[in-house]
Amino acid sequence: MSALTHLALREERRRRGALASAGVVVHRNYLTYRRMWWLFLSGFLEPVLYLFSIGVGVGQLVTGFEVDGREISYAAFVAPGMLAFAAMNGTLLDATMNFFFKLKFAKTFDQMLATPLSTRDIALGELAWSLARGGIYSTAFLLLMVVLGLVQSWWAVLVVPAALLIGVAFGAVGMALTTWMRTFQDFEWVTVATLPMFLFSATFYPVTTYPRWLQLFAEITPLYRGVVLVRELCLGTVGPAALVSVVYLLLLGVAGLLVVRRRLDRLLLR
Amino acid sequence: MATTDSHVRVRRAPLAGRLTDYWFTVYRRTWKGSIVSSFVTPLLYVLSLGVLLGGYVRADPATLEGAPTYVAFVAPGMLAAASMQMVFGELSYNVFGRIRWQKTYHAMTASPLGVTDIVQSQVAYVLARVTLAAAVFVIVLAPFGVFASPGGAVLALLAQPLIALAFATPVFAFSAWVTSDSAFALLFRLAMLPLFLFSGAFFPIANLGPVLETVARLSPLWHGVDLTRMLTLGTVEVGPVLVHLVYLLVLGGVGYLLAVRALTRKLVR
Repeated sequence: MSALTHLALREERRRRGALASAGVVVHRNYLTYRRMWWLFLSGFLEPVLYLFSIGVGVGQLVTGFEVDGREISYAAFVAPGMLAFAAMNGTLLDATMNFFFKLKFAKTFDQMLATPLSTRDIALGELAWSLARGGIYSTAFLLLMVVLGLVQSWWAVLVVPAALLIGVAFGAVGMALTTWMRTFQDFEWVTVATLPMFLFSATFYPVTTYPRWLQLFAEITPLYRGVVLVRELCLGTVGPAALVSVVYLLLLGVAGLLVVRRRLDRLLLR
Repeated sequence: MATTDSHVRVRRAPLAGRLTDYWFTVYRRTWKGSIVSSFVTPLLYVLSLGVLLGGYVRADPATLEGAPTYVAFVAPGMLAAASMQMVFGELSYNVFGRIRWQKTYHAMTASPLGVTDIVQSQVAYVLARVTLAAAVFVIVLAPFGVFASPGGAVLALLAQPLIALAFATPVFAFSAWVTSDSAFALLFRLAMLPLFLFSGAFFPIANLGPVLETVARLSPLWHGVDLTRMLTLGTVEVGPVLVHLVYLLVLGGVGYLLAVRALTRKLVR
């Protein structure tokens, strides 16, 4: 890159600002999905189907749980877990497989770097896109919960920001790990990490079901932090301890983003 | 194709057999990735939903279709569902990609092999893989005390390739028929997932209410789940078993005709 183009690029970047640059990436993803809106919409169905099957179908078999001294229906217990899971799963889909495809096969990022966009803009833009998607899904899911009478507190207005926070953590870490993937087979490892979280992180029953040492194991997973955060908000049992979850997820997100930026520099700029 | 057949006189049956050899060569090179999906995944589901969530379920055989515990109810459901999911996984991108991206089938038809050989051998390969994975699953399940008798366990295992067949040929037909790989996201979300969640694997379909229960009875997976469950619980009734067998076989047969037709259109123009 000649000194002159470098200067011109810096000037262009200064003029746009970081947010606008990431916005270009988001807009690009919007354009590619516009013709596949049904694909976009169908992604929302997954947690809804789980809610009806596990929450309602299995719920008729389960006696109901006591959470923070209050007896709640099984559906009311499972629904926040499904929402948190959907936030994780939705973001990870974009942040792992789709991100990998753009990085390795479609060479989308190489093309973007031929424009005034930087690796920082790409990382932020890709994350923002998956968050927008996760945000739309979780908003719709929350509305469904309200209609079904599964939300018991006004704290629930904070559920969407909480879902976005889960998205930031999983999206950033997922993208960071994806930069080390070599083939699509490597994504089996993503399943190895996410499936146990889905099944054991207080999504289907309280962690008090486990012996103490296993509880600690479940409690340090990021999905557990997300699930309890969303559940506390839906039931209105939020306390200062919720800040632990918020800070934990935020830290994961920032750390992940820093790694993504560095890795993209290494992979694409030399 | 026609010219090949008239010039080279070969017996039809061994041809599909030769192709099955190809599929096992592919498997020998990719089997490691399948350990997680066919062994670890079902084990985790049984532990989480069967054993741990089952601790909160009132174990009443009257509400659990005759099962004494929730894990005994859910285990056959997950066995049948795993057989179905494996078929969807094996015959979606694998079929589409061989038509569109890798052109493997085109290469095969340049030999004396025909479309029917391709469909038969790949379906046979998938049935063998499902049986293998189901055998592992049955062994994993045994210590949980979900089998009423060893004979029932063996019969439940033998039911799995039949369940797999009922899905294999229709899914093959779908994958050979579609023109874009984005159709598979819809196949998984609109067909496989609802089948998985609402076919009586996790809860008795009576919990769905009368209308949806009737719909669930049409689901091929329900027939597979009910068949497997009757065998593992030792609650076999001849009438329903025959209905399940006929339903699954007919679906597999119709799917086969559709699969051959769809693949012929893609390969022989």
